Amino acid sequence: MILAVAVAVAASVGAVARYLVEAALARRTVAAWPVGTFVVNLTGSFALGVLVGLTLDRGVGGSAHAVLGSGFVGAYTTFSTFSYETVRLVERGAYRHAVVNVAVSLLGGLMAAAAGLLLASVVTG
Amino acid sequence: MAIGVGGALGGAGRHAVEVALASPGVTTSFPWPTFVVNVTGALILGVVATLVVERWPPTRYVRPFVGVGLLGGYTTWSAFMTDAALLVRDGRPGLALGYMAATLVAGLAATVAGIGLGRRWPATR
Repeated sequence: MILAVAVAVAASVGAVARYLVEAALARRTVAAWPVGTFVVNLTGSFALGVLVGLTLDRGVGGSAHAVLGSGFVGAYTTFSTFSYETVRLVERGAYRHAVVNVAVSLLGGLMAAAAGLLLASVVTG
Repeated sequence: MAIGVGGALGGAGRHAVEVALASPGVTTSFPWPTFVVNVTGALILGVVATLVVERWPPTRYVRPFVGVGLLGGYTTWSAFMTDAALLVRDGRPGLALGYMAATLVAGLAATVAGIGLGRRWPATR
């Protein structure tokens, strides 16, 4: 029960953090690309890779993972916004942007997560 | 604040799904919890974003609460990416590819379906 509350609180902070990053980037970038979502998803993928590598993957720190990883980072990143923005790009005829958004988000995110896992394994020996 | 509250509920919702469906410690089977939250979240966001942007009168709180907060917090990109990275690392690259493809296809289709549903609401603007 307390864990659920902690997860919820961490998630609320994560969602607000995502909003702040997206708002900050929206002022500085061209509106054609969903840069805000890309940045939070990439940084979040790296962060979760590190966290999972330090906790779940080693069979320890389940609560830490739940709160920081699932709660904060899970809410910080978003799949639904990515999907909606990609579909909207297609609807506006920006097919190339949509394809690039998907490819770069997937490849970048996967590499970020892998890098995070690698860093965690290096740190823990 | 609306984002924070939405994020807390979304994160709690995802945590509940994870607790219900997850196989702790297993990194080599299809990551159902993440898949379920991402596809369902994509569907709902498709509906809600369309209603807010294209159908309902402008509001101050609904979009931040439901779109950015609730559904952004409910779905997750980071878990999607770490799930896939762990599948690759632990010897299931084919499943990783299938998982990423399935999530993308199902998620984008869910978003399109959600947008379609949202557009069936009579226009009031």
